[in-house]
Parts: sequence; structure tokens; C-alpha cells
Amino acid sequence: MKFIDFFIRHQREIVQATVEHIWLVGMAMLIAVAIGVPLGIIASRHPWLSKPILGGANIAETIPSLALFGFLLPVPWLGDRADRLVITALTLYALLPIIRNTTAGIAGVDSAVREAARGMGMTENQILFQVELPLSAPTILAGVRVATVLTIGIATIAAAVGAGGLGEFIFRGLAMVNDQLILAGAIPAAALALLADFGLSLLERRLRPARS
Amino acid sequence: MKAEPDREAAREPAIEFQNAGYRLPNGRALLENVGIKVRRGETLVLLGRSGAGKTTALKLINRLLDPSDGEVLVEGKSTRTWDAISLRRHIGYVIQDIGLFPHLTVERNVSLVPRLEQWPVERTRARTDELLRLMGLEPDTFSKRYPHQLSGGQRQRVGIARALAVDPPILLMDEPFGSLDPLTTGELHKEFQQLQRRLQKAIVIVTHDVGESLLLATRIALLDAGKLTGIYTPKEFLVAQEPVAAAYVANFRMYEEAERKNEVH
Repeated sequence: MKFIDFFIRHQREIVQATVEHIWLVGMAMLIAVAIGVPLGIIASRHPWLSKPILGGANIAETIPSLALFGFLLPVPWLGDRADRLVITALTLYALLPIIRNTTAGIAGVDSAVREAARGMGMTENQILFQVELPLSAPTILAGVRVATVLTIGIATIAAAVGAGGLGEFIFRGLAMVNDQLILAGAIPAAALALLADFGLSLLERRLRPARS
Repeated sequence: MKAEPDREAAREPAIEFQNAGYRLPNGRALLENVGIKVRRGETLVLLGRSGAGKTTALKLINRLLDPSDGEVLVEGKSTRTWDAISLRRHIGYVIQDIGLFPHLTVERNVSLVPRLEQWPVERTRARTDELLRLMGLEPDTFSKRYPHQLSGGQRQRVGIARALAVDPPILLMDEPFGSLDPLTTGELHKEFQQLQRRLQKAIVIVTHDVGESLLLATRIALLDAGKLTGIYTPKEFLVAQEPVAAAYVANFRMYEEAERKNEVH
């Protein structure tokens, strides 16, 4: 079991790379939620803005990740540090599922419920925060889950611009034609994605209002 | 001290449509030139087919829509000059499909408006319990349940309790007893009559059910294709000559006939 030996021997490096990886993805997701949910709300409030917002996020999604890192490199403040650059790129990738699910979640709120809320004298803000967002929380969270799994994968490419993370092993392994090195990056990354998927789906289920 | 303004309020109509109309942005009129007065203690039924403008008329009262022509007065004041939010909190609203909040318990649903109005916690709780009892729902059993855990009739009761929460002088009900089985509907009809005798509110009910109209209405306003074809007491309605009203009555009689034919002598 050479492979397990390898894992144990490089335990500290792997753990450190995993922590870096989590940091990159975690920061990107925090920012993406902070931007994406409000953008989704704006898009659902003003239908004429929903096309440009979703279109913009769509375009970001289609740029190959390595190319996106390249495009961001010359940007003044962003290009100064590799992690900044990677977090920005990951944020851009994470936006689309979050925005899309936010608008879908809000659109999915039963119109009778919304009308009851208006008819009872709730203000637009009260309807948003007390009715629409709580009811669309599971859908929004599903978007966050998709985005998280997506960025955990893309973050492995961060090593190409020197931002660290589990991609470090993969790139080194590729360069040295060493399967064990590749697996040392790939297995924790896959485990991380599965874990995030599972954890967030649990949370999602708890938020979903029980319906018979 | 309180009696004086109350008596005054009873004299002046709680709701008044003055040649009110509503037009869609594309110019199509959903409601034309409607004049109706509703006083406290009175139950006005808006009767008509789907698309006759009943719900539109209802929405003009709580300013979910603004009239394109004429005025709608609530307590003597044009809805245009009311602040929409305070107007709506002044009016109980029960809608088709109930519109209970699925993510809130029965208690939170009923106490929503009091909480928006920032009532003290104790008063809110006492009021919620009182309303649930009024609607025949034991608070200990039902407070913590979610809407999906209730039967259709129970949900409807919660919807009515919610609309009554801050004791609004006006109550609007859009097909409140639709989509329930006939026995539950009958039960709720009976309770509704007792409730109205006690509460003496100005109530407007939208329905397309003639039997329900005859049972609950003080007066029936018949709407047809956006126009008010007449206002009748239930007695007048049954003998009305106006063709639309007569058609409704004839249709209603058909079921009575069926009943008579099958009676055991």
C-alpha cells in the first residue's frame, strides 16, 4: 500500500493544501452569495434587468477557467496576489447558479401567498424578507450547493497561477508523471466536493418547509 | 366617550364606490362605472361569473389596484389619499386559496398583522388565542401546526382568524368558501353568520354561488362583464326581472326543482 504510505508521509502538506483550498472556495462563496443573492433579487424585481444580469453571469461561466485567470492577471489590484485573483475568478463562476436559483426561488413563491402578504399590508421589504426569501431559501441554497461543488473543482486550477490549494499536487504530479501525487490532490478535492454537497443538502432539507 | 364616533361611523358608509372603473394599461375595461355603498354590519355579496370584475372591484377597496375612473372611498376618504399600507392593515382580507404562509405556524400566521403593528407580545398572544377559539380551533392543539397539517376547512378558519386579527372594521373575502366540500362549506356559512351578527363589520364577499349569496348577503351586487347590473336584497333578487339576475335565479331554481322532484311524500 504505497499510496497510503505516501498519504501519511505527506500528511502535513496535504492538510495544508486542503486548508488553502477550503479558504479559496470559502471566500469565493461568501462573496458570491453576498453579490449573487442581491443580484437575483434585483433581477426578479425588475424583469428588464434580469436579462443583462443573467447574461453577464452566463458569459463569465463560459470563459475557460485558465483563460479567466489569464485575463485577470493584468488587472491592477487583483493581479498583485494569486489568491485574490483566484478568489475573484471563482466568485465569477459561482455567481450564475446563485443568481439563477435566487430568481427561480422568488418566482416560485405561490402568487396567492404573495397577494395575501400585500393585501395584509406588508411593505415590499417585509414581503421580501419575511415571505419571499424564507420561502425561496431552499432553492437558493441548492444554487449555493451547485456553485460550491463547481468551485471546489475549478479551484484545483488555482495552482497554475501559484495560489496553492490541492491543485498543487495535481500539477506537480502531471509534471513528474507521478500518479500518487495526482491522487494526493484529486482524492481530497473530490472528498471535499462530496462533503460540501452532502452538508449543504442536509441544510437544504431542513430549510424546506415540510409539505405533505 | 367611544359611542359618539362609532355611531357616526355607522351612519357613513364604510366603503363607497363612486362611478369607479378600472382599465388595463391596454385600455380594456375590467370594471365600469360602478356605484355601491357598504355600511357597517352589512354583508355585500359581489356576484358574477369569472371575469365579471368581482375580484377587481375587491382589489380597488384595499388599493391593490387604483381606480382608473371615479373614486373608491373607505371611511369617507378616497383610497388614493389613504396610505396603501395603513389602508390594508385597516381591512381584513381573505383570499381565494387562502394564502396562508406555508413557512409559518398557525399562530405566526394569525399574529402577522399584530406583529407588523408591533403589538406587545402578551397582547398578541392573547389575541391570537382568542381568535383561534372564536374560529373553533383550540389554541393548544393548533397554534404550533403548519398550514399543510390542516384540513381545507381548518385552513380557511385560520385565514379568517388572520384577517380579523387587528379587529378591522372592514373585511374583504374573495371566494372564501370555494374549494371546500359542501358540508364544511355549510358549517363555515353558519359560523360566518353568527360571526357577522356579533362583529357587525362591513363585509364584501366575492362569489359566483347563488345559494351562498342568498344565505349570507344583506345585499347582492350583480356584476356582468365589468358592469353593475343591479343591487338587490336576497328577496328582490329572487324575483328580479333583469335578464342576468333572472338567469341566475332560473339556474338556481333548477336545483330546487330537482330537490322537490325527489322528495319523499
